[in-house]
Amino acid sequence: MSLNGAVGRGSDKGSAKHGVDHWWAQRATAVALVLLSVWFVVSLLSIPTINFAAVTAWMSRGWNTVPLVALILVAAQHSYLGLRVVVEDYVHDPGRRIALLLLLRFAHTLIAAAAVIAVFEVAFGGVA
Amino acid sequence: MLERPRPLSPFLHYRWQYTNTLSIAHRVTGIILSLGFLLLVYWVIAIAGGPAAYARAEILFARPLVEGLLALALVAFAYHFCNGIRHLVWDAGFGLERREARRSAWLVVLATILLSVIVGSIVLFGRGGVS
Repeated sequence: MSLNGAVGRGSDKGSAKHGVDHWWAQRATAVALVLLSVWFVVSLLSIPTINFAAVTAWMSRGWNTVPLVALILVAAQHSYLGLRVVVEDYVHDPGRRIALLLLLRFAHTLIAAAAVIAVFEVAFGGVA
Repeated sequence: MLERPRPLSPFLHYRWQYTNTLSIAHRVTGIILSLGFLLLVYWVIAIAGGPAAYARAEILFARPLVEGLLALALVAFAYHFCNGIRHLVWDAGFGLERREARRSAWLVVLATILLSVIVGSIVLFGRGGVS
């Protein structure tokens, strides 16, 4: 028998029986994305053209590389958290649900990794 | 006694009105943006792939269907951005009264249109052509 009381066991749990970490991560990434997406749009719109040379030069500057990598990572996490809720809400068959949740996780990790490596190649690999 | 099946989320027994319209729109635009994120990732990978790969991406992005998708992604972004801020303000405990929520709903719709038109016209006319 557990020595924890009912209140102690439930203190950090919502009705969904898991903690507030999902809720918190969704909000934290949302706040970060407000800033990062504004930066991304303004920064890209402010370079005169977006041909290959201009874009590689833009991406290679450190003050663009860092927020771009941050944008990719945070957007991937926010997307994962959001799509996870969609799957949890609409897919009720346990097998399909678990398969889809795993797929979401794997896909987001792989896609974010590929994008970050691409940015690093441009920034450090001398692609231009 | 037979146990009644538990209600599943989302338990749609609500009257259709602006509140749940905006709420479901937040979801739909979120899904669109998850797909739009793939286009961003493709763009970044195309840059890393060198000039030839980037030229292929430019051709793809100039196709009418993809341009339409980009326009859709822009509107989805504008909406999700504005309504997301509305949600964050609610989470902070403000604007939850019915009158305030109704006003912020209209504000979100208006801001979505404005943001889409401004960013869209800079992309289209500001420096000549998409991508």
